[in-house]
Amino acid sequence: MEVTININGQQVSRDVEPRTLLVHFIRETPGLTGTHWGCDTSNCGACVVTMDGKAVKSCTMLAAMAAGHEIRTVESLEKNGQLDPVQQGFHEKHALQCGFCTPGMLMTARALLDENPNPTEAEIRTAISGGICRCTGYKNIVAAIQWAAEHPAGERQEVQA
Amino acid sequence: MTIIENLPSPQTERPIGFGRLKRKEDARFIRGKGNYLDDIRLPGMVYGAMLRSPYAHAKIVSIDTSRALAHPGVAAVVTAKDLETLGLAWMPTISYDTQAVLAGDKVRFQGQEVAFVIATDEYTANDATALIDVEYEPLPAVVNARKALDPDAPLIRDDKAGQRDNLASPTWEAGDEESTDKAFAEADTIVSRDIIYPRCHPAPLETCGMIADFNPETGQLDIYNGNQAPHAHRTVYAHVAGLAEHMIRIRTGDIGGGFGNKVPVYPGYVCAIAGSIVAGVPVKWVENRSENLMSTGFARDYVMRAEMCSKDGKVTGLRVDVIADHGAFDSTAQPTKFPAGFFHIVCGSYDLEASYVKVKAVYTNKAPGGVAYRCSFRITEAVYLVERMVDALALEMKTDPIELRMKSFIKPEQFPYETTTGWTYDSGNYAETMKVAMDIAGYEELRREQAEKRARGELMGIGVSFFTEGVGAGPRKHMDILGLAMNDGADLRVHPSGKAVVSISAQTQGQGHETTFAQIVAEELGIPPEDVQVRHGDTDRSPYGLGTYGSRSTPVSGAAVAVVSRKVRDKARQIAATMLETRAEDLAWEKGRWYVKGDPEKGVLIEEIAQYAYSGDTMPEGMEGGLDAQVIYDPPNLTYPYGAYIAVVDVDPDTAQVKVRRFIAVDDCGVRINPMVVEGQIHGGLAEGIGIALMELISFDEEGNCLNSSFMDYLIPTALECPDFELGDTETPCPHHPLGAKGVGESPNVGSPPAIVNAVIDALHETHGVDHIDMPCTPARVWAAMQGRPEPPQ
Repeated sequence: MEVTININGQQVSRDVEPRTLLVHFIRETPGLTGTHWGCDTSNCGACVVTMDGKAVKSCTMLAAMAAGHEIRTVESLEKNGQLDPVQQGFHEKHALQCGFCTPGMLMTARALLDENPNPTEAEIRTAISGGICRCTGYKNIVAAIQWAAEHPAGERQEVQA
Repeated sequence: MTIIENLPSPQTERPIGFGRLKRKEDARFIRGKGNYLDDIRLPGMVYGAMLRSPYAHAKIVSIDTSRALAHPGVAAVVTAKDLETLGLAWMPTISYDTQAVLAGDKVRFQGQEVAFVIATDEYTANDATALIDVEYEPLPAVVNARKALDPDAPLIRDDKAGQRDNLASPTWEAGDEESTDKAFAEADTIVSRDIIYPRCHPAPLETCGMIADFNPETGQLDIYNGNQAPHAHRTVYAHVAGLAEHMIRIRTGDIGGGFGNKVPVYPGYVCAIAGSIVAGVPVKWVENRSENLMSTGFARDYVMRAEMCSKDGKVTGLRVDVIADHGAFDSTAQPTKFPAGFFHIVCGSYDLEASYVKVKAVYTNKAPGGVAYRCSFRITEAVYLVERMVDALALEMKTDPIELRMKSFIKPEQFPYETTTGWTYDSGNYAETMKVAMDIAGYEELRREQAEKRARGELMGIGVSFFTEGVGAGPRKHMDILGLAMNDGADLRVHPSGKAVVSISAQTQGQGHETTFAQIVAEELGIPPEDVQVRHGDTDRSPYGLGTYGSRSTPVSGAAVAVVSRKVRDKARQIAATMLETRAEDLAWEKGRWYVKGDPEKGVLIEEIAQYAYSGDTMPEGMEGGLDAQVIYDPPNLTYPYGAYIAVVDVDPDTAQVKVRRFIAVDDCGVRINPMVVEGQIHGGLAEGIGIALMELISFDEEGNCLNSSFMDYLIPTALECPDFELGDTETPCPHHPLGAKGVGESPNVGSPPAIVNAVIDALHETHGVDHIDMPCTPARVWAAMQGRPEPPQ
């Protein structure tokens, strides 16, 4: 079946099997491999993207279910060379190590802050509890999201290898 | 630009290397531009999928692949028969056993590899596995390690000539039985416990997988595979596949966590390689989460019986008898001479009179493994045991668990300290570190709070552990893996502009080597860390070495980088002497600059020296041009980081849910190169320790069905189960490491489970008489213990 999804502002079309998962569509069709797959059971959150502004797990949706909706992935966060505050916060607060959960955590954080710009620690922990990070113990992820909340426009934008 | 929070050196205004430097690797990860295995797509690539056994133990009567082969898009179906013709049906394990790549005679654990389908895409390959018809004849399964040696236990490894029972390796001993008997005979107090460290799994968020790309024209095999020891893997593939080692190139890309799970070679890898050799196109295989949990390297599974004794208020002796459950194939990851790894560090942080340890290993119808899940070769099991036993002894003696530890610690003046099982601890001041933890926790106040809560019927527990780890394996005179010395190489090239590339054999899986190893070069050469590129993860572009596990990166590879930097600095000194027309011994070093002693204005910067080294100017007599060096570092000893951990838990009296309310971790890992990275590692290890203590378990029913084969059942802590960790530190440098560093990555995973379990028992002992519970402390198991019927994990 032909599926057309708005991904990061671009209309992306492809003829896919009806069973194609959204995560696979995103990774394969526009080749946006920042969205990761980590489990099969909707537990790990590595695949989180936003659909119409809400965080969703793209491994638990069929691509066809996203047709006609606006999907945003981690690749959309940086705009015109300006990092999103959540990206900056993760760097500032050392909220990532292996980086595999990071895209899902970033998109979860973005969706949270869009809805609740000043979340409490408990609200942050609840928001990211749909994701698993094996490296950080979450402490610095919480701190990073707090940083982003405190710096809504971002401060420094220079994160270079 | 990155910021260094250290003050610049006033003399040269140069950044110094060590400090809270933010990570270089973040730049790609926060943009979703990491390059993990599954992100790689090669032209013409086909996809593999594995058919796995539904039975724990069964004869294979027949395998019919015809329906799968007829499925559109399927290119090949590989079975044991096909591999036999290539000589690849069996492969060696890290522990000198053999493991079936694909089962031909029978299956020996649920999830074992039976057939490998190659197809045009992943969906098709997986569909086709369901079209393979395998007829099995089920056999009784051995699931319980204690019953594996029963006379009527079914024989699992009938493939091994001469194997008549399920003994995987004979009894291995450490310490001294006679002097231990004497210590027990003279003791005031003796306690004993049966303690299980249950099977759990590292479960990195990225599962295991490989792309094998064999080029029939050139004979070159390109492998893309996130593994923790690429050089060792290349050597293994050369042996297994009979390929020339120099024609194999392994690139790891970015690795989404390892934690020991990405140390072994798995059957799927061999199948991908065989598939690519036969098909002549790249073959990609990526396991799913269930495959990861059911078939790849598990951790622990030690069934232990221990006795500990004391005299005059001090711990004096320890006796331990262990049955190690290796599963169907012995693929435990240990140095060759240590079949139980470093378990004999079980004498812990205490000045014992004697100890005696026995370990024997058995086969069961469970997945093979025994990898070190964020652990240095069975030290996690050892620390758990000794720290549980000290608490059991304190309970029996009616003394405070910290007081008993304080009285029994090895004292600072006793270092280097030879343990009763043969380790030589390098340095330590244990009591000081314990005191720092008590201060952060407010230990006395916590005890008061506990008493008040108890009076109100609330269940609060305070648990302590104190660990000493031996990491950084290891000296070549003492240890190897598969005959390979456990050394690491480093190759440093300073370019004419003074910017440098350092190539290392350690392999990051998130530890931040690209940052911290650049900081080491920066510290040693006085150039900014952003001017140092760390190259790793490619066997063609890095020196040989054994990789990253057992907290060995900083102790071994970090030392190699420090030593190679000093070699370059020494070469720079000779060149500087020529440039300054003086003698090398008349020069002194400050960060980034050699200058004339007594005339500090007269000197040359490392960039100037580098430029000179590549120029047409005259080099010192007998010296080649350029500014580079290489080393292979052989550590003289392990390093021995240690730490004091305190857990505060609340147990819900009605639901038996355990909540870790506070966790205090004071680590002494010697000198910290990047304290931010060190603290991040500690946070992550503590979360995994909480998982192991409370949630993470791989269990089986009586027929050998794995009951925890997805993240629905294998529970990993989220942000809601982890408290806001409270860290502290002391710094006792390692005397033999060039930087004084000791390694830290695994310490929190090693030290935290006993603190949490001790806290749970502390919460329940007075009110419910609980004096032992096995992990994981799930509500059901804690509830059972509260009712006076503790249950061992399945």
